[in-house]
Amino acid sequence: MPSDSALRIVWIYPDLLSTYGDQGNVLVLEQRAQRRGIETETVHVRSADPVPESGDIYLIGGGEDRPQILATQRLRRDGGLHRAIAGGAAMLAVCAGYQIMGSTFGGEEGQPVDGIGLLDIASSRGPARAVGELVAEVDSALGLPTLTGFENHMGVTRLGPGVKPLSRTVVGVGNGDGFEGCYAGHVVGTYLHGPALARNPALADLLLAWRVGDLAPLDDTRYEQLRQERLAAVLPR
Amino acid sequence: MTQLPLRAQLASALGRSAATLSRMTGRGDGSVIGGRVGLMLEPDLLRKLALDRRLALVSATNGKTTTTRLITSALLELGEVATNAFGANMPAGHVSALSQHKDAPYGVLEVDEKYLPEVLDTTGASVVCLMNLSRDQMDRAAEIWLLAQKWRRALSGKPTHVIANCDDPLVTWGASTAAKVTWVAGGQRWKEDSWCCPECGGPLDRKDADWACRECTFHRPEPQWALDGEAAVDPRGQRWVLDIQLPGLANRSNAVMALAVAEAFGLPVERALPRLREVKSVAGRYTTVERDGRQARLLLAKNPAGWLEAFDVADPQLPIILSVNAQGPDGRDTSWLWDVDYRILRGRPVFVTGERRLDLALRLDVADVPFAICGSFSEALAMQPPGRVDVIANYTAFQQIRSEFGRAV
Repeated sequence: MPSDSALRIVWIYPDLLSTYGDQGNVLVLEQRAQRRGIETETVHVRSADPVPESGDIYLIGGGEDRPQILATQRLRRDGGLHRAIAGGAAMLAVCAGYQIMGSTFGGEEGQPVDGIGLLDIASSRGPARAVGELVAEVDSALGLPTLTGFENHMGVTRLGPGVKPLSRTVVGVGNGDGFEGCYAGHVVGTYLHGPALARNPALADLLLAWRVGDLAPLDDTRYEQLRQERLAAVLPR
Repeated sequence: MTQLPLRAQLASALGRSAATLSRMTGRGDGSVIGGRVGLMLEPDLLRKLALDRRLALVSATNGKTTTTRLITSALLELGEVATNAFGANMPAGHVSALSQHKDAPYGVLEVDEKYLPEVLDTTGASVVCLMNLSRDQMDRAAEIWLLAQKWRRALSGKPTHVIANCDDPLVTWGASTAAKVTWVAGGQRWKEDSWCCPECGGPLDRKDADWACRECTFHRPEPQWALDGEAAVDPRGQRWVLDIQLPGLANRSNAVMALAVAEAFGLPVERALPRLREVKSVAGRYTTVERDGRQARLLLAKNPAGWLEAFDVADPQLPIILSVNAQGPDGRDTSWLWDVDYRILRGRPVFVTGERRLDLALRLDVADVPFAICGSFSEALAMQPPGRVDVIANYTAFQQIRSEFGRAV
């Protein structure tokens, strides 16, 4: 049941954009909130439905070219996400969802497609698909440990002055200019799957803290074991 | 059979020798290397080997190998059948299969989804069987809307008779440009990749098995064949209790597809069905291996839809061992584990192994499924009480278990 005190997680268009285990980001946020005694309420917004404006954290995932274009058209027509972000909500946008947030991205034939302009970025289709593990050092202003994840995209993303790079790549391609992802206000964009929040629980906590303030520590043994194994597998010794 | 040209005969024979050599030296079953050698000597070999045969091509995300086996088993009623039984489902594997049975008047070829247009063009196969499309190994496989689009182009303007599962909207869309389609209501358990209309992107409305786009005219065609519980219903409305040995809903669906394909070859259900019932295990799937009084039944699951099917087969009363790798053939991205709903395993003793057991461990932890981590499959098996246990493994994890226990069956 909806409750005024519950943390509202809004998963945008799982029917179009959720092909890379993006549900995991929802599940990790729910788990990390609930283990701290924070009640959560998750809304799965299908593409035919309006995007609610009253959410706390919005998640949007990756997908194929055609669904990406469809999702963009629907988000622009709907307007709910714009109003939610303008009202201070947090968002994690991944891969195709990340590109959608910019001014433009590459369509299925590489043609430029208008994005929804929530982030000052512009994407296009790159020369080759970037596939593999990625490691990156996060902007020190955010105070997060090393990012780890899996990228699988053909996009090249240029950052405008209205956003900051999320991280500097150590292994992998990311935006294509030595950086991976970006952030502005409470909006984070990234190419990372894995899913991103399962591989980087501190990023999940950052999103949570933006909405609920200070968080109690959790036993992160399972997360930490996976992180160490993945980092050891790809970082040069 | 018409005589092959000399060059093709030679290419085919040398390919067979390479395959034999590969088997004898323990490098594999030889079906890929043999075909490669043949194609190197005669690039047009597949077309030449396919001439004057009646071929069925079988493609889908899941169930290709099993359905190929079921159709082959049925068509043996009619005569010799060439088939790529070991899942070598690209052109080299097809060349190898047809070379090994060069006089067989029939062929049943499992075809990788991406290669279907090319193989259809080359072989001119008269029948194509299409079962399902869902997310699968995204780091190396093609995206599925794109695949369905390519199927549409490949089938358009050809006389091919397509047998397709109309319960899968994307398969329906992919098949619907064909001149002749027999629709089979084969069921669809995994629906996460078909909430949107493949034609226009609008929402699909579903009511029981039926589906239709809310915004355009695309809708589920009327099926001629259907899976109804334990039985197949044929185009004349007659019910046939399947009673096959292969377990689970997915295999009953595969069996109905196989019966429809058999009928397209002129083989009636009363002759085809007893042949399907003879199939017990397919390339190690559903086989049971035994050690020290523990009997482990092996289930292969390569993607989220496959895990759903495996859960349907697994016995809720038994402990279960899960093994996950992320080598090339598995897909190196393990994100898909988060698309599988593991909560169904709550209450069973669960054991986790494989090269990516830590990914699986975190996934289960977040799903609140208690488990034990094991360093190897042997260790997991040794932790079981004597008796039966189910095993679900993805591709290379499954092959590792099979090679450890011998590749028999």
